[in-house]
Amino acid sequence: MGDSPDSAAIEVDGLWKIFGPGAERVLEGDDRFLDPAALREKTGCTAAVRDVGFTVRPGEVFVVMGLSGSGKSTLVRCLIRLIEPTAGRISIDGEDIGRASPARLRDIRRHQVSMVFQHFGLLPHRRVIDNVAYGLEIQGMAKAARHARAAEILSLVGLDGHAGSYPDQLSGGMQQRVGLARALAVDPRVMLFDEPFSALDPLIRRDMQAEVIRLHREVGKTMVFITHDLSEALKLGERIAIMRDGRIVQVGTPEELVGAPADDYVADFVRDVPRSHVLTLRWICRDPEPGEPLDGPELPASTLVKDAIAAASASSRPIRVVDGDRLAGVVDRVDLLTFLSGLSHHPGPPSEDSGRDSGQDSGRARASA
Amino acid sequence: MSVAAVSSPSRPHLPRWAAPAGAVVLFAVAYLAFRGTATLPHDDEAAPFVAITELREWVDANKNSNPLFLYVVNYVRLLVGWIHVTLAGALHALGWPGLIGLMGAVGWATGGLRVGLLGVAGFAAFGVLGVWESSVDTLALVGTAVLLSLATGLPLGVWAGRSPRLRRALNPVLDVMQIMPTFAYLAPMVLFFQIGAPAGAVATMIYAIPPAIRITALAIDQVSPAAVEASTSLGATRWHTLRKVHLPLARSTMTLAVNQTIMMALSMVVIANLISAPGLGSDIIRGLSRQNVGIMLPAGLAIVVMAVVLDRTTMAAARRHRGDGGQPAGPRWTRVAGAAVLAGAGVTLTYALPAALVAGWPAGWVLPMAGPVNDAVRWAETTWYDVTESVKNVTSEVVLNPLQELLTSAPWWLVAAAVLLLARWASGWRPALTALGCLLAIALLGLWEHSMVTLSMVVVAVLAVLGVGLVLGVAAARSAWFSAVQRPLLDAAQTMPSFVYLLPALALFGPTKFTAIFASVIYAAPPVVRLVEEGVRKVPPAVVEAAVAAGSTPGQLLRKVQLPMARESILLAANQGIVLTLAMVVLGALVGGGALGYDVVSGFSQRTNFGMGFAAGVAIVLLGIMLDRITQGADRRPSPHRRMFR
Repeated sequence: MGDSPDSAAIEVDGLWKIFGPGAERVLEGDDRFLDPAALREKTGCTAAVRDVGFTVRPGEVFVVMGLSGSGKSTLVRCLIRLIEPTAGRISIDGEDIGRASPARLRDIRRHQVSMVFQHFGLLPHRRVIDNVAYGLEIQGMAKAARHARAAEILSLVGLDGHAGSYPDQLSGGMQQRVGLARALAVDPRVMLFDEPFSALDPLIRRDMQAEVIRLHREVGKTMVFITHDLSEALKLGERIAIMRDGRIVQVGTPEELVGAPADDYVADFVRDVPRSHVLTLRWICRDPEPGEPLDGPELPASTLVKDAIAAASASSRPIRVVDGDRLAGVVDRVDLLTFLSGLSHHPGPPSEDSGRDSGQDSGRARASA
Repeated sequence: MSVAAVSSPSRPHLPRWAAPAGAVVLFAVAYLAFRGTATLPHDDEAAPFVAITELREWVDANKNSNPLFLYVVNYVRLLVGWIHVTLAGALHALGWPGLIGLMGAVGWATGGLRVGLLGVAGFAAFGVLGVWESSVDTLALVGTAVLLSLATGLPLGVWAGRSPRLRRALNPVLDVMQIMPTFAYLAPMVLFFQIGAPAGAVATMIYAIPPAIRITALAIDQVSPAAVEASTSLGATRWHTLRKVHLPLARSTMTLAVNQTIMMALSMVVIANLISAPGLGSDIIRGLSRQNVGIMLPAGLAIVVMAVVLDRTTMAAARRHRGDGGQPAGPRWTRVAGAAVLAGAGVTLTYALPAALVAGWPAGWVLPMAGPVNDAVRWAETTWYDVTESVKNVTSEVVLNPLQELLTSAPWWLVAAAVLLLARWASGWRPALTALGCLLAIALLGLWEHSMVTLSMVVVAVLAVLGVGLVLGVAAARSAWFSAVQRPLLDAAQTMPSFVYLLPALALFGPTKFTAIFASVIYAAPPVVRLVEEGVRKVPPAVVEAAVAAGSTPGQLLRKVQLPMARESILLAANQGIVLTLAMVVLGALVGGGALGYDVVSGFSQRTNFGMGFAAGVAIVLLGIMLDRITQGADRRPSPHRRMFR
């Protein structure tokens, strides 16, 4: 990754979570290399998280994506030890979470990290405002102060006028806004989202995603977002980790995942993504051929492919793709059409600064074609 | 024996029924060959009885010098006695106007005006029935037992709800407490606490505490894990989460625990009268021993009324806590104000009225019942004599007596082998060995013959209960109309203390074994009916629809789809039916049931028989465990339904 570890908001290294009897023994032996089915057969244990490591930069939205059973919910719970990890190191803001005493851990949960849950986890016997103020209440804040703060947050998430309602009087989307408000109310530095919108219907889900993007812009929290929905991951994530059977198979920007999937599993995942909406010109430009005119329109390398179509149709000359002042390459109409028609499955490699950890081979394959 | 057939494919041509049929033939031959040998006839002076009687003498002699009694048991007895005396004193001091007003007030405050009026009418009925004093005594005893049960049961339940380990440890203990027939509690109580109110309260408490613990644990355990996790994720301590999440969310279910505890206490408290605790039970026992329904009926009615009033009041409280939907009529302040006025009026009346009027329920307001009731019973007896007598005789001659004869004249080892094989087939080896162990222990206790008699009664009653339960349950499941008519009857039947069922049985059939069986059938039928109905109803509509679409007749639908899929509920119903039936058959000793139950009763009434009574109590428990083990494993046998989801 591009960042040095000390500037990371969250750093996870060698994290394991094995459920079942004798988890430590499994971890010490060679059994941990078994695949999930064989492991369960042999030891009765389930390895939900296997040797996971990643870093999240401050202010970043980091998405962990995987199908159900891939261990992503376990992973996010391990971060604040709602589930006790079997092995590995987790640090948040430089503090080793694994070593925190129960009291210190509570303190971290109260002030630094808060979480939004898939099934909301609201308290049905409390009014909305008391639900939002719950975190402040257990911190020991006086009633007037915490209600004032909760009201402020409620209007931030667009729930003005619902303070006195009970959770079951609200729709699913509004209930999750309460969950969001409750997490925001304690002013944490890190927010964890465990599939927060998967219980909502699609239109509401889109609203809520927009809400999260807006909140991220306004409050600038570091966010770790768990989802099983690829489009949600692509929409929200600055970087995405794809999990399978407890392992992270690839970490990268949406562009990197779509453009250079690390293996067939990821490739299969991203196959239906409209690539022209995710990839930029950097991925398809090529070196100008001898004698090719270089006086066409000029577009930055970070332009999405779909946005280059207008320029290409306006001029018959190849588009000059520039990276700053440097000419990164050219793209002509044939290149664009070939890409859009899907004939080319192997777009070229991105420029060297993206820090991709795999996918080079497929890039070269295209270059030689 | 499908298991055997599957595991040994070398004999695939043997039909499924061959092995059981072979076993039956084998046992029949063995019975004919060895009949009359190795029987264990009853002996009133058996060694275990004498030993226990001597133990009691020793306890009585050393009560005031042995440290266990001096420092523990005697203090418990004093404390419980003190609570009871204080409570009884307070209730009596309120006078009848005060107590009626107070009950009405509680009802009004929790459930609105209607429940309040029910409370007033119900408590006034105690007076009208002429059993005011005994009712207040019973109320005090129930109150003591319930207070003690809740004081220990609720915290224990909360703890168990949060600690699976404790729950695992408690479960078998509670199981035994629940399958233990009420009678069996009494003898040890007498041994430790002597005869009287404290022993009665403690026995009642032991009987009433399992639901308090179980339901509370369930309530805590059922609290949405999402809410708990959310609370933890915000940095709440365990105590915070308990106080602000678990308890508020579990409150309505916990009120149900209170309700169930009260109901259990009410049904036990009458039986506690057998060890001379004061209250309505003594009237009932007097009536039973003289076969005088006229004396029993007012007391029986009073208990039913008390059960209904307390049930409705606590259920109203449970529904109120549930929040939406169950809001009682009227806003909160009217309820509270009305309740306050009612209570105030009652108490004021007690002190304003002349002392002579308040001292007891005025004699002129009592409805004389004994005479007319006894006339009615005599009329019923003479009018239906032919019918009841023939039902009784046919059942006794055709089923009960032959079975009893079979069990008592067979060698003990043959019966033991039969039990072992049956339990092995129904539940597997471990339960089978437990069942065998219980049976052998019964033999060692010297109660073989009486246990066999009781067992034969239980078997007959269980078969009848299952027959009734299946018919009524299936009928209710298939007809919404029938279910709607039956439901309130079942509700009422389940709130009634077990004792009450002896009354109609006695009135119809006089004191015989059949009476006990009849009473236990009507006692055990409601839960069985309910479980069967629920099981049949729970069959997914999609499956039923598919079967109908395939052209099943209603009969085929029932036989091939609904009953097989309701198998688990039906097996549970059988298990429940057995446990309940045993409890009632034993209680039937009071109406001529004889055998183990009679031994227990005579143990309380005659000092020299104490040992036999005590041993009989233990034998009842052993019999209960044996029957439970034989049947409870049945639903764990591999069934296609389960395998599918495994």
